[in-house]
Amino acid sequence: MILQQQISVELNMRNSPSDPPCQSALFKGGHQNITFHQHVNPSQFIVWELLQDGPICRRLFSNSGNFWHTGTISCNIPELAAEMIHSLFLINHSGDIFLEKHWKSVISRSVCDYFFEAKEKAVDPENVSPVLQTPHHYLITIYRDKLFFLSVIQTEVPPLFVIEFLHRVADTIQDYFGECSESVIMDNVVTVYELLEEMLDNGFPLATESNVLKEMIRPPTILRSVVNTLTGGSNVGDTLPTGQLSNIPWRRAGVKYTNNEAYFDVIEEIDAILDKSGSTVFAEIQGVIEACVRLTGMPDLTLSFMNPRLLDDVSFHPCVRFKRWESERVLSFIPPDGNFTLMNYHVSSQNLVAIPVYVKQSITFFEMGPCGRLDITIGPKQTMGKTVEALMVTIHMPKAVLSANLTPTQGNYTYDLATKVLVWDIGKLNPQKLPNLRGSLSLQAGAPKPEDNPSLNIDLKIQQVAISGLKVSRLDMYGEKYKPFKGVKYLTKAGKFQVRT
Amino acid sequence: MLIYIAHYHKQVITNFQCFSSLRHDDLKEMLDSNKDSLKLEAMKRIVAMIARGKNTSDLFPAVVKNVACKNIEVKKLVYVYLVRYAEEQQDLALLSISTFQRGLKDPNQLIRASALRVLSSIRVTIIVPIMMLAIKEAASDMSPYVRKTAAHAIPKLYSLDPEQKDQLIEVIEKLLADKTTLVAGSVVMAFEEVCPERIDLIHKNYRKLCNLLIDVEEWGQVVIINMLTRYARTQFLNPNMNESLLEEGSDKTFYGSDEDEDEEEEEEKDKKPYVMDPDHRLLLRNTKPLLQSRNAAVVMAVAQLYFHLAPKAEVGVIAKALVRLLRSHSEVQYVVLQNVATMSIKRRGMFEPYLKSFYIRSTDPTQIKVLKLEVLTNLANETNISTILREFQTYIKSMDKDFVAATIQAIGRCATNIGEVRDTCLNGLVQLLSNRDELVVAESVVVIKKLLQMQPEKHSDIIKHMAKLTDNIQVPMARASILWLIGEYCEHVPKIAPDVLRKMAKSFTNEEDIVKLQIINLAAKLYLTNSKQTKLLTQYVLNLAKYDQNYDIRDRARFIRQLIVPTEKSGALSKYAKKLFLALKPAPVLESPFKDRDHFQLGSLSHLLNAKAGGYQELPDWPEAAPDPSVRNVEVKDSVRAVGTVIYRDTGSSEEEERKHERKSKQRKSESESESDEEEDSESESSQTESEDSESEAEVKKKKKVLKKTHFKHSNMNICMYSCQCSFISFQAAESKPPSKPVKKDNKKEKKEMSLLDLDDCKLFFLNLFFKLSALKENTKVMALTSTISPSSALKSYEMLHRITGEGLSVEYCFSRQPFSPDANMVAVQMQFTNNATSDTKNLHMEDVKLQSGMRVKEFPEIELLPAGEMVTAVMGIDFCDSTQAANFQLCTHTRKFFVSIQPPVGELMRPVFLTENEFKKEQGQLMGMNEITEKITLDVKCRNEHSIVQRVITAANLSRVPCGSDKECRFAGRTVTSSSLVLVTVATKEEGAAKLTINCEKMVIGTMLVKDILLALTQ
Repeated sequence: MILQQQISVELNMRNSPSDPPCQSALFKGGHQNITFHQHVNPSQFIVWELLQDGPICRRLFSNSGNFWHTGTISCNIPELAAEMIHSLFLINHSGDIFLEKHWKSVISRSVCDYFFEAKEKAVDPENVSPVLQTPHHYLITIYRDKLFFLSVIQTEVPPLFVIEFLHRVADTIQDYFGECSESVIMDNVVTVYELLEEMLDNGFPLATESNVLKEMIRPPTILRSVVNTLTGGSNVGDTLPTGQLSNIPWRRAGVKYTNNEAYFDVIEEIDAILDKSGSTVFAEIQGVIEACVRLTGMPDLTLSFMNPRLLDDVSFHPCVRFKRWESERVLSFIPPDGNFTLMNYHVSSQNLVAIPVYVKQSITFFEMGPCGRLDITIGPKQTMGKTVEALMVTIHMPKAVLSANLTPTQGNYTYDLATKVLVWDIGKLNPQKLPNLRGSLSLQAGAPKPEDNPSLNIDLKIQQVAISGLKVSRLDMYGEKYKPFKGVKYLTKAGKFQVRT
Repeated sequence: MLIYIAHYHKQVITNFQCFSSLRHDDLKEMLDSNKDSLKLEAMKRIVAMIARGKNTSDLFPAVVKNVACKNIEVKKLVYVYLVRYAEEQQDLALLSISTFQRGLKDPNQLIRASALRVLSSIRVTIIVPIMMLAIKEAASDMSPYVRKTAAHAIPKLYSLDPEQKDQLIEVIEKLLADKTTLVAGSVVMAFEEVCPERIDLIHKNYRKLCNLLIDVEEWGQVVIINMLTRYARTQFLNPNMNESLLEEGSDKTFYGSDEDEDEEEEEEKDKKPYVMDPDHRLLLRNTKPLLQSRNAAVVMAVAQLYFHLAPKAEVGVIAKALVRLLRSHSEVQYVVLQNVATMSIKRRGMFEPYLKSFYIRSTDPTQIKVLKLEVLTNLANETNISTILREFQTYIKSMDKDFVAATIQAIGRCATNIGEVRDTCLNGLVQLLSNRDELVVAESVVVIKKLLQMQPEKHSDIIKHMAKLTDNIQVPMARASILWLIGEYCEHVPKIAPDVLRKMAKSFTNEEDIVKLQIINLAAKLYLTNSKQTKLLTQYVLNLAKYDQNYDIRDRARFIRQLIVPTEKSGALSKYAKKLFLALKPAPVLESPFKDRDHFQLGSLSHLLNAKAGGYQELPDWPEAAPDPSVRNVEVKDSVRAVGTVIYRDTGSSEEEERKHERKSKQRKSESESESDEEEDSESESSQTESEDSESEAEVKKKKKVLKKTHFKHSNMNICMYSCQCSFISFQAAESKPPSKPVKKDNKKEKKEMSLLDLDDCKLFFLNLFFKLSALKENTKVMALTSTISPSSALKSYEMLHRITGEGLSVEYCFSRQPFSPDANMVAVQMQFTNNATSDTKNLHMEDVKLQSGMRVKEFPEIELLPAGEMVTAVMGIDFCDSTQAANFQLCTHTRKFFVSIQPPVGELMRPVFLTENEFKKEQGQLMGMNEITEKITLDVKCRNEHSIVQRVITAANLSRVPCGSDKECRFAGRTVTSSSLVLVTVATKEEGAAKLTINCEKMVIGTMLVKDILLALTQ
């Protein structure tokens, strides 16, 4: 917490008793530095020390073995600001630290013990508080893809700043290597390390834009790794990143494609809570437009909608010109190269949300005898005339449920004994023959009847429709002469879609 | 030096090789090889080891050699290594410095930047001066990218050596002025780390930062917005000023609906109307679009800015964006919910439309559930409580018991806050008492206890029900709560209570400490109300407690026995035992843990932890009165030329300047050439005074007009009034420079010609005046002094308001040295207002005069209209109390207020008096000793004759010459304006410019100050 301390020490420092008091002295101990500067009179010094942990007096005496000293030590502690993100530790699910990076002086990995302690206490890794306070540091952690990204902070910093950055790191790793897992990171440890070096300078984000990073550090491809092995070439770009210098850091200069194409995926998710009787407690639609743009040169695109009024709340990629959205409700932008998220939106809550499926369910646990019954049927409701696909039901069963003996009329089910999660993978929903899952649940003998019924989480997909009715009307390109291929795809998914029982 | 390093290098390397020959030999060989591919392989392995946290410090010498390697990837990895270990191997790290120093001079900006980045990351104290130099150079680099890197390097150097702070602040100041978006974020970050207290550095850059903000990269936006929030809190007024007063005044508004507040607000119309500073508005306007950022940190930063700075009516816009963030990762949700919880207490209405977005899903992590519950509870009011309670009912069935417990507490809070649903809640909670889960029951008991305290008489059946629970429930807190309830309300359950005590006495020894304490409590209360049945039981319990292991329990037992059991020794207190135990206790207030958390800046780590984190900058309270807003004004380059040339300009070149030039008619340019000295009778004196006030009826109307236009003090004429009848006019020939540039616009040209004409008229007028006066001269008593005095060039004018800060309005003032007719004890201050703006200024007046005690001010009459491009003068009087303290006040126009001050030089605090030589000597004789100050001086070369001495002294101080027989001595006399204390000045000249300055003055402070001023005037 306290980075630096000012200590005035009244000592007579000499290399030997006969020497005159020294004018200045430099101590070394591990990564600690104590520098003495002459102050007021030869016997009084001001000491600046980078204090990691432990009381200062101890370190001072133990490190000053070569010197004679007499006198007293008095401390006053001015609070000095330190850098934002000090260190990063990557920790796997079982609690091993497999990568560490320090942007300033090294912090011992023992600092993670506080995190492990908290992790022990929490049943679920998700339940570990993202912000932990330790005597000298703050730990801000994110949990992504079964990995913990743990950052060490020493002073005040907006927590979201750190959290957002850590997610950006995870996104970058995902973007570079296709997935973000321990094995992938360890296989590419040098590249990851180089990335971390570029992303943060002294704890402050430097280059987080994927385009800029890719200019500096090329993502590995199979071909290149073969070539590199043969020629001793490297993954580090030999051109220096020009993206960082431009006004539009998200796009690199001199992009060339033989096939110029721009694809936009409008993906909507339905977040809903349905109660026991099937009526909607809460429902809303969140949408995102994912883009894949491979266009030569510096195209300036304008994307317009048939019904932009549907959009209630939006957030944009930095490339989108906010003023034009405000005045004309069109998305005007110079796109990044490759895949990116153009915008996120929320559909006005005034519109009623179409719920594509209904669920008839009954889960009962009997008072007598250690068993229960489960019966679930799913049918189509408002599907806009499209087929519901990839239908899946997930149930977190009470702890007392030992096993399930069920028969599905369609698809198959699994019950994980350890996590008590029942997953029923249905697939396509056939309106003629509704899928049904029924059977018995066996409970732990002697355990009291579970008080509560578990809620059902539904997953589904509907192709070629945005459930809100949002439609892209046109895409125009300015600034370049060629004619690109354009395409828009719609998809509706269930987001956090929960049925209470 | 190089040889030394090379030698040293060799030596160190051999040393190290000896020590670590056992480890990493293969790596060392690879590093020493000529092949880049081998080197690269070795470096990759080393970096992989570093990443795993392995110690590779013994390879330092082998690695550092490759710092100049041609292969860029090897080089980069060496940098990574170097930055990691430099601190531990300081001496060796120094070897690499020269490489970076070379890099700093590279023609490629990216190489310069990267060299600076690595150099500044090497934490070796010895290179602090090198770093300092590099940063300073980079801060003025042509490339904005290098300048950005310089900004990044500043905090690094600062943490290495905080003594460089002052120098670093200079660099920060310079970089803050940078106009590129690339630099802005980084330099503000450096500012926040090094000198967040130097808010003054921001003033001039404030508007620029606001305007650049949208184009700054996202991380920089967060830092800038947070900083500007703090800045705005120090510079602007609270936009909710009037409301917050109300909120403090009554709790009702706190919980009442918004409409109520609005109504009350209207009633308070008589309050000072609040006008938002345009700069405050600018900040709010320019940050708003960033609510649409994809970066949660940016959205949060804007949200907190709006929460802390926006008028209440506008804060609502942030709710939608914050609710959107709830869709993000759970860590983001966690932080956002913490902040929403705090906001929802202060501004509940804002989140009410989004109530359902805070509904809880069974898949949410516990900490998210609890926070959502908190928000839901905060949002509960009469209209939505039924929906919320229905929702809570489903939560109670959850598997997550911590969450259920939190829900029960939330129900309790809703019940206390909203009276209408108290009974419903209570019934619901009582039902929970039969829940299978003991934790749920226990939590319900605790909450019911709190609720019952509000109206116990109605609920004796619930108390009875709870009494029965003591057989089953084992959670100590719940047991203790039940016992307390029975004891407290034993009168409502007279039959059950003794029985409960009986049971408890039986199990006393096995109970937890808190339960034991409550058993003693119950026993005492029953003893007091129903001693017949419980006397023995109480004795028994107290005896058990007497031998308990816990000393708190023993103490409590001893204390209670003394208090309730009457003995001969028992003191006066036992009489009051009943009152003590069965006093009416106030019901507990169930408050949100997020109440009052908003004194921390929202979105900060400190807010999240509800504790001050290291390096947290307090969010200051709004100022009572807004500091001067003009500090943020910046000169716009193309419209106006250099600043500060308004008053004393030697060359006029731009049109605008020239126009002004002529209007003012320079006095400094002309070699002060007095044409005559004159004495005048009191008649003409008064007419002069009046004409200065622009109110007199001058002889010639046209001339009067001219007089007004041609500002008196700046005209080539100087009028000094001598207090008696003696006065003189000095008229200096005007030498206005002919315009050096052709005038573009016709109307301007006309104007110019006009003013030239005016000037000539003016000259004529004064020449006329002069001749008239010289005619008078014959008839009046001739004063000896007239022939010798050649008065000063002009009265010095001072700037009160610069045209930049004044947004077009400029004000200068001078001390006219005329008696101020309304009050003789006041110093007359003449002000000249010039409207340089394109629009008219109205209602110029002064307000809010702040004075030292004793000082008085006679305000100038309000100037109703000052058309664009026009000039007006006015006179005000100030009684400075014979001190040089400034008079501070606000100059108000119909739109703006400016903070201005007038500080008099000591020489203006006196008025001249006429003394004869004898009188002078007599008075001087009485002001000896302490009252006399003598200074030996060497006169300026140009000021060795009597004439110039007199001129300079009279310029410095408002004194009159005393006739003197000797030409070696000049004498002057005056009296201070307020206390009429005599001020006598003698300048005795000697050989070769040596002179003796003597001042005799009753007021020693005035004397000392005057000595300094005159000394300066004579020697410079």
